[in-house]
Amino acid sequence: MSLINDLTISQARKGLVEKKFSAEELVESFITEIESSKKLNSYISYNFESAIKEAKKSDIRIAKGDARDLEGIPIAIKDLFCTKGIKTTAASKMLYNFVPPYESTVTQNLLNAGSIFLGKTNLDEFAMGSSNETSFFGPCINPWKPIKEVHNYVPGGSSGGSAVAVSANLCLGAIGTDTGGSIRQPASFCGIIGLKPTYGRCSRWGIVAFASSLDQAGPMTRTVEDAAILLNNMAGYDSKDSTSVNKVVPNFEKSILKNINKLKFGIPKEYNLEDSNPEVKNLWEKGINLIRQGGGEVVDISLPHTKYALPSYYIIAPAEASSNLSRYDGVRYGHRVDGGSLEELYENTRGDGFGDEVKRRILIGTYVLSAGYYDAYYIKAQKIRTLIYKDFENVFKDIDVIFTPTTPNSAFPIDAKIDDPISMYMNDLLTVPANMAGLPAISIPSGKDNKGLPLGFQFIGKPFDESGLLNVASYFEEVCEFSDNKDEWWKS
Amino acid sequence: MSSTLEKSANWEIIIGLEVHAQVVSKSKLFSGMSTTFGAEPNTQVSFVDAAFPGMLPVINKFCVEQAVRTGIGLKAKINLESVFDRKNYFYADLPAGYQISQFENPIVGKGHVILDMPDGKIRKIGITRLHLEQDAGKSIHDSNSVNSYIDLNRSGIALMEIVSEPDLRTSEEAGLFLKKLRTILRYLGTCDGNMEQGSMRADVNVSVRRYGEELGTRCEIKNVNSIRFVQQAIEYESKRQIKEIESGNKIVQETRLFDPKIFETRPMRSKEESHDYRYFPDPDLLPLKLNENWVNQIIKSLPELPDERKQRFCDEFKLSIYDSGLLVDDKETADFFEKVVLNRDPKLVANIVLGDFFGYLNKLGQTINNSKVSSDSLGELIDLISDNVISGRISKEVLEIMFNTGQNPLEIVEEKSLKQNSNVDELEKIIDAILEVNKEKVTEYRAGKEKLFGFFIGQVMKKTEGKANPQIVNEILIKKLNNK
Repeated sequence: MSLINDLTISQARKGLVEKKFSAEELVESFITEIESSKKLNSYISYNFESAIKEAKKSDIRIAKGDARDLEGIPIAIKDLFCTKGIKTTAASKMLYNFVPPYESTVTQNLLNAGSIFLGKTNLDEFAMGSSNETSFFGPCINPWKPIKEVHNYVPGGSSGGSAVAVSANLCLGAIGTDTGGSIRQPASFCGIIGLKPTYGRCSRWGIVAFASSLDQAGPMTRTVEDAAILLNNMAGYDSKDSTSVNKVVPNFEKSILKNINKLKFGIPKEYNLEDSNPEVKNLWEKGINLIRQGGGEVVDISLPHTKYALPSYYIIAPAEASSNLSRYDGVRYGHRVDGGSLEELYENTRGDGFGDEVKRRILIGTYVLSAGYYDAYYIKAQKIRTLIYKDFENVFKDIDVIFTPTTPNSAFPIDAKIDDPISMYMNDLLTVPANMAGLPAISIPSGKDNKGLPLGFQFIGKPFDESGLLNVASYFEEVCEFSDNKDEWWKS
Repeated sequence: MSSTLEKSANWEIIIGLEVHAQVVSKSKLFSGMSTTFGAEPNTQVSFVDAAFPGMLPVINKFCVEQAVRTGIGLKAKINLESVFDRKNYFYADLPAGYQISQFENPIVGKGHVILDMPDGKIRKIGITRLHLEQDAGKSIHDSNSVNSYIDLNRSGIALMEIVSEPDLRTSEEAGLFLKKLRTILRYLGTCDGNMEQGSMRADVNVSVRRYGEELGTRCEIKNVNSIRFVQQAIEYESKRQIKEIESGNKIVQETRLFDPKIFETRPMRSKEESHDYRYFPDPDLLPLKLNENWVNQIIKSLPELPDERKQRFCDEFKLSIYDSGLLVDDKETADFFEKVVLNRDPKLVANIVLGDFFGYLNKLGQTINNSKVSSDSLGELIDLISDNVISGRISKEVLEIMFNTGQNPLEIVEEKSLKQNSNVDELEKIIDAILEVNKEKVTEYRAGKEKLFGFFIGQVMKKTEGKANPQIVNEILIKKLNNK
């Protein structure tokens, strides 16, 4: 049975249409797999009953020759997307019992394409974290770990559950959200593809908001082609999201040409960190050679304001979050701890409902927006954000795509960094600039470090040039020959 | 209302107003939900209004148009780019924990409102700005001793906050300002100005200083919901501040509440509890950019405003500034007047409309729209006067019947045989008879006691039950009395 769990979306789609297996069989096979992989804690809630029902409907459509683009394809949804009738928690105690009466635009688009939701995946609470350890439902565990290692490793975050579900074959593909690297960093840690589209490409409507000016939904898959297929069925203008951009969505599948001939790759010197893992640096060097081998041109570039990206991000994102999370007050929905007065109701509810990392960010955000500090922090951070964008705009006059490592290091053991927020925040160092500038970026598995843990390459593209990114990524996917040789130690 | 000034001749009162005007719109500012007033609690609420997770605001173009229209009506600068900010604070009727408002970059900038003072002078009151924001829901604390209830029907309804410069100096001016602003809003159709229903509310900023001194510390009186209360609040608050300063105390900047039951203001919250609203641009909304051509189209589509209309009434109908002002104060009145005045004597129409007609309306507590007297039938009544069919005195009686029954004036006149008697022969006979009976008075009159002329008129009217044509009676009496 596990054979069909190994398939890519592209292969499964073919297999379904050619009736090598039914959608119901496919879904059943994943359910079995998920149930035997509970150790990984990748799902917060399951949608099995409904998934089987939907699979049957898909089989009827397929039989009638009426299959849609993702007909019968079982996927996993980060538990930050509101799904109608399916509990949506944001991995927080605050929403442990929240069942949305509406469907997010992105998940609705995926449903309209015929895909089937297996369940909702684990994440850092309210998407705040880089290790999936801040989840109220417990940490999600990376299926990758060094050989003979007893400790479990983090899958990265915040879309850790989605990354794990894809990496451990617990779905054909998944979707995540990326605010400062929340798709790309876990993709890199788990040896899969993760794409953050241009800000405005996918609607944010119905996604539990973390930092509105940075959040963006994207696909997490086992192949670049699959990322293109999912993105085709996620993207599009939505009049319900004022920041969604009304732009034609090209057919991303057609952009997978595996051809980088004559393309110019910018190598930003600021991403060459002194304390990066040397294997990360070596791999990056290897990647630069692969550019030349493929007929691409290597251009040294400078993005001078990169070093300010992370500190500015940790002002802007918490500022927006502190306001976005004010609505969780125990009055209308979600968790509630009563009190003798309205103030007490707030204090009890929010004190009990939010975890430490969320509280930390609400405090930081409230502080940087408060009278007397606003100009020094928030306004300054916004100015830096503009400079960061201009850096990119500048270099993109001469190059097609920027090439960097995705993270400064590979996955780390659970608990290693949880009490050291700064060290945890450093995980986002190389991914945050693309969010600050709203640019599309993709992470693909590039190789492994000496512990045998996956590392990733990141490509950052021009606004709305996801096609270009997918093409470049498809070339590297082929030449990197990343092998998934992890043993299935987690299976019961 | 000028008592404060008289008592404290050396004190100047400085008043600025912040008026919250609910935008006339079928749907809310960011959610598209209906704004129907008086619906069952929590039935006009979308997931956006209730701040459910992942819900996003989308600006309602019509509300923007209403704000622009109002800005133009206030002769103000329209900002082609403005920004929506979040004003953060926690309250049970504010579901998102923030109000979407405009802080540093409002949609409308500086403008002004012209006030006609009772002494005939004109005062120009500056408008600082107008911005768009959403209303909060309603908390109901008094219907249950333990629980508070929240009604979110109002949550998300569009408000315009109109801020005046601190140009007002008396409670009377503040009242005139609010009335004028309300008139302009009603002309524009952008706010119904109904303070009792809460669709217009005012925050009043008051400070006092001795003439020539620098501005004093101000206090803000929140949420006053009638013009009379605004004036009373200013009276009380200015006196309180003067008394404080005169007893050697300092004014503390604070937010106060006006209690209309005891005509007093009292502190609402102390400074320690004062909010830091943590304003910042709402990342869910892009800056609001207006197309200049679109704004110009709105300018072209604007109705005639009260100031212009008043001037036209003076020019076109040769009415006094005072009468014109009274007529245009209320758009319905002005429209009504213009219907009645068509092909009639403007002065007579103005007198009847402002006089008897309004007298009855007020007496009966009716409005132009719900009274039984239409512009057509009032016009017919005026025609009866002009054509000498009835006297002015009788017209009052006819009008009263019209108000009660909605009958046509001619019908009433005929039914009650109220027609004026203009028959010279008949009237001469009646007058001869009266003069005959009152010979002594005639002699007195002729001896120079001219006051008695009114007595004779009265006698004639009594005899004819008021139906005698006064002009003809006049002429005959003069002729007969002077003709010895």
